[in-house]
Amino acid sequence: MSLTTAPATAPTDDASATEPQRPRRAPRIGQSFAMFRNGKSLAGLAILGVFVVVAVLAPLIAPYDPLEKDFMALRQPPSAAHWLGTTHMGEDVFSQIVYGTRGVLVVGFLAGVLATLVAVIVGVVAGYVAGWRSESLSALTNVFLVIPGLPLIIIVASQYEDPPLMLIAGVLAITGWAWGARVLRAQTMSLRNRDFVQAAKANGEKLWRIIAVEMLPNLTAIIASSFVGTVTAAVLGLTTLAFIGVIPITNLNWGTILFWAQQNGAFPDYWWWYIPAGLCIALLGMALSLVNFGIDEYVNPRLRSAGERARAARRKGLQVDGGVTEVRTVSGTGDDARAG
Amino acid sequence: MTTLEFRNVTKRYKVRGAGDMLALDDVSFSLESGQTIALVGQSGSGKSTIAKILTQLERATTGEVLLDGKPIPHRGPGLRRYRQRVRMVFQDPFASLNPYHTIRHHLERPLRLDKVVPKDQVESEVMALLERVRLDPSATVDRRPHELSGGQRQRVAIARALASRPELLIADEPVSMLDVSIRLGVLNLLADLQRESNLGVLYITHDLATARHFSDRIMVLHHGVVVERGDADGVILDPQHEYTRALRDASPDPDRHFAGPAGTASLRS
Repeated sequence: MSLTTAPATAPTDDASATEPQRPRRAPRIGQSFAMFRNGKSLAGLAILGVFVVVAVLAPLIAPYDPLEKDFMALRQPPSAAHWLGTTHMGEDVFSQIVYGTRGVLVVGFLAGVLATLVAVIVGVVAGYVAGWRSESLSALTNVFLVIPGLPLIIIVASQYEDPPLMLIAGVLAITGWAWGARVLRAQTMSLRNRDFVQAAKANGEKLWRIIAVEMLPNLTAIIASSFVGTVTAAVLGLTTLAFIGVIPITNLNWGTILFWAQQNGAFPDYWWWYIPAGLCIALLGMALSLVNFGIDEYVNPRLRSAGERARAARRKGLQVDGGVTEVRTVSGTGDDARAG
Repeated sequence: MTTLEFRNVTKRYKVRGAGDMLALDDVSFSLESGQTIALVGQSGSGKSTIAKILTQLERATTGEVLLDGKPIPHRGPGLRRYRQRVRMVFQDPFASLNPYHTIRHHLERPLRLDKVVPKDQVESEVMALLERVRLDPSATVDRRPHELSGGQRQRVAIARALASRPELLIADEPVSMLDVSIRLGVLNLLADLQRESNLGVLYITHDLATARHFSDRIMVLHHGVVVERGDADGVILDPQHEYTRALRDASPDPDRHFAGPAGTASLRS
């Protein structure tokens, strides 16, 4: 066998190796979550889990009320009393970050759920129907794809004295669903003509059942990745809005912390005020991206990094650096020869 | 006795920017229960279009499809009744089963949709169907398609088609995607089932040898036109049309050596 085929076969071998351990009964749930069962996704989900726990248990974790002012301790560097120092008003930065996690996650996930819902409905319907209906839904998607999100939100938010979180999440969803809908439409179009969908049709299944039961389960990986993508975009959107001061200070999140830090000349001396908030945003973004990378690799094993493939090939006893046309010698064990 | 009749059916596909494509040109034939007709032709000759029109996944441009002398309905409960009586086995067993669902799901759906048996008997009916297509019911029922071999999948697909207890079965190249060594097994299964339930079978294929083995009558389709029809042996042994002759001579025959003039005949004519 030539070495050129080694990288392509390695991932499939890995996948089939894990299969027999799967329980035969109740395989549906197992299969739905299979896309998260890899290092990258698990690492991302773990970080995400920590943030969720922090958001839920904020009152237990935070040592102070986030808006409690201590005028005896202004702009204090980190100490035992204030782990991440204090602001210009003597507020505890650590408590603000802990409470700020709530706003970020609530808006992020709310926007993600709303946007995914719209993307699935528009994308799958546009992919399933044909003709002018598909074209017009596709045109609608394209329009929303080019609507600049931030300016729209600034305009909408400026109509309100105190825009509710729901509204912010809604606007972030409106500007964020289009990409997912496009990807879903393309995938649905390819599913629509598969024989198993035709067979369901010929069996007399109703349209909604064909879409919901026969097609949607085959789209779960794409839906999940589009959900994670919109959550990331919504988190970044929210913190940006808070940072530029569109969202009022009553809504505490990491962006608000950065806003106050910037307003009060924290850069660059009072590093404890802005670096932790910035790191949290980066960490959450990284966690969500890791989950997405994991899903992508589950869908398309060829996306696994070249180094990983090379390691997998080496484990099988293949010489990765060898010439392309070189033929593997079978002087080793017979097992190896068959495994390739 | 059920009779399905294809009467003067023409099908045109609109091709964007290239005018129309005539897939079927005035095709007529009839299929009765208990009878097997082989529809033979090369790729693009219109075989699958006939299958799609028969299952009403496509509609004829002109002409009629009649079941027991009545035109088949295009929608509503009438169409469902028709689809329950005329079922199809798809060509590619790797594509015709939903990779996400278990074999149980594939067999349960038609049973529930057409209310073939009372709800509490669905489970035992699923097992009986698997038994009928010679699969081990308990070992198969909770598996997913990717855990089965091609031949096993095609047997599941056949079981699914039989679930609604149809009177006529359309088999669109049911063995062309299977390993040569297991084709005969699947074809013999189809033949047995056909005898057991007095099914009418339209066997669509490009393989003259299996067509002769399996069917009573053969119809040869060429560029959307039926160029020859007759009983199986007659068509194979004494082909009248030039295309049928080319088709016959192109199929490998262990008794014939490719030296004589017959062996050099080609499809280019």
